[in-house]
Amino acid sequence: MSEPVLSVEDLSVRIAGLHILQGVSFEVAPTGVTVLLGRNGVGKTTTLRAIVGLTPRGGEVRGTVRMGAQSLLARPTHRLVRGGLGYVPEDRDVFAGLTVAENLRLAERRGTTPAYDKVFALFPELDRRGRQRAGSLSGGQQQMLAIGRVLLNDNRLLLVDEPTKGLAPKVVTEVAEVLERVAESVPVLLVEQNLAVVRRLASDAVVLSAGRVAWTGDAHELLLETALTKSLLGVGSGEVHA
Amino acid sequence: MNTVVLLTLTGLGLAALYFLVASGLSLVFGLADVLNFAHGLFLGVGAYATWWAAGNLPGAGPDGLGFVVAVLFGVLAGSLVAVLVELVLIRPLYSRTIEQVLVTVGLSLAGVALLQATWGADPRTFPRPDWSRQVTAVFGAQVPNAGLLLIVAAVVVLGALLAFLRWTRYGLIIRAGVENREMVTALGIDVRKAFTLVFAIGGAAAALAGALGGVYFGTVSPGQGGSLLIFAFIVVVIGGMGSVVGSAYAAVAVGLLQQFVNYYGTSGLGDLCVVGLLAVVLLLRPQGLAGKVAHA
Repeated sequence: MSEPVLSVEDLSVRIAGLHILQGVSFEVAPTGVTVLLGRNGVGKTTTLRAIVGLTPRGGEVRGTVRMGAQSLLARPTHRLVRGGLGYVPEDRDVFAGLTVAENLRLAERRGTTPAYDKVFALFPELDRRGRQRAGSLSGGQQQMLAIGRVLLNDNRLLLVDEPTKGLAPKVVTEVAEVLERVAESVPVLLVEQNLAVVRRLASDAVVLSAGRVAWTGDAHELLLETALTKSLLGVGSGEVHA
Repeated sequence: MNTVVLLTLTGLGLAALYFLVASGLSLVFGLADVLNFAHGLFLGVGAYATWWAAGNLPGAGPDGLGFVVAVLFGVLAGSLVAVLVELVLIRPLYSRTIEQVLVTVGLSLAGVALLQATWGADPRTFPRPDWSRQVTAVFGAQVPNAGLLLIVAAVVVLGALLAFLRWTRYGLIIRAGVENREMVTALGIDVRKAFTLVFAIGGAAAALAGALGGVYFGTVSPGQGGSLLIFAFIVVVIGGMGSVVGSAYAAVAVGLLQQFVNYYGTSGLGDLCVVGLLAVVLLLRPQGLAGKVAHA
């Protein structure tokens, strides 16, 4: 494997007395989608939030996270993001009281040209709905806004947390299509529960179980092993259709 | 009829004073989650700095352009103190609510003590332009000009704040930060700069309240900021944390209620009714009139 874009070594996170991550280590490939899998509550979102520096105050983070030669854990979130670490959170977190255009404008950075052309080519709806309040968008539209916001700037790695959660099947397909196109130009670390989406997008997989890495390897290999998938994720890959 | 007009306009004058204090307090709480009990200190600094400048600062004076210079000096002083407080005392304590409360309460007490030690505990006569001591006839009522000045100042500040929130990059960051501060950071924005800015704006508005409050009351005293701060907090809670427009509505409601009840009822009953209004709002609409979103 060529040099990973991100390496996580012995990452431990303790929040409010709970030892959520207990020495997690994995690498993210420099191309394509690496998916972080696991049952509910195993620490997938905690892992992404620790990488991007959003562990709640009072939480204790130990270990090493590197993007290239750069160590990430001691740096504030805004610097990590400016350094090319894009983050699309679970539940989208668009600013409901702001318009679509304002949500996008917020992501603009001084000294760089925001890639509105690219974003509107991927999500033409965002262009049409510029003056609409983000809070009045559908779940799928909010997800597109959340992804579009991040794509306005150049990224070295995207962290995307459950982008299809709660979306209608048709919208899930649209979001998956977009992520597929995005992953052609920037590596993605994806948290996803929908195995059909995983099958479509992911090349590598990291499975967490009870705060530890239980399995790493080729995502398609994992999905072919029905018994393994069932034991790790609680669901058989054969039960999911693309 | 004359009495109603007079009570309405003096009530609005009081509301203007509350709004000037509450608007900054509300933005600071909405964006940074800081319950700033030292906000009254900024008002005191603004009042005393204006009072001092009118008598001592070259180019400043109690009347005309000199008075404008004195007020600007007061506003600048209040804003500067607010920025220093944010950078030195509040910044290391973000997300540590109890420590923030202890520090800001301590600072407000220390600030009052410092003003007392420097200029004494007794109220000082405030330098007032001659026209501010006069009255203007409005629909037959003789309304004090000082009250009208406060109303005009509050309307200008409200308009400027809304324009700032609506049209500037930092206004956008503040509106977004009031909704979800963490996500603003996750877009690559150093939200701490916005914290400092809202403290500067809040400090300036409170200092203006101190200067114009001095004109309105005719005196300035060390404890003035603290007593106004109580009603400003009530206005912030009724209006909704982080909402400038909500603060404006709430200030008008509180000012008018106080003025009318104090006149037609017993003196002091208005203050009690304001607390009653606060209780009703908390029971029926705990997020306040305008919720947590800062509307532009």
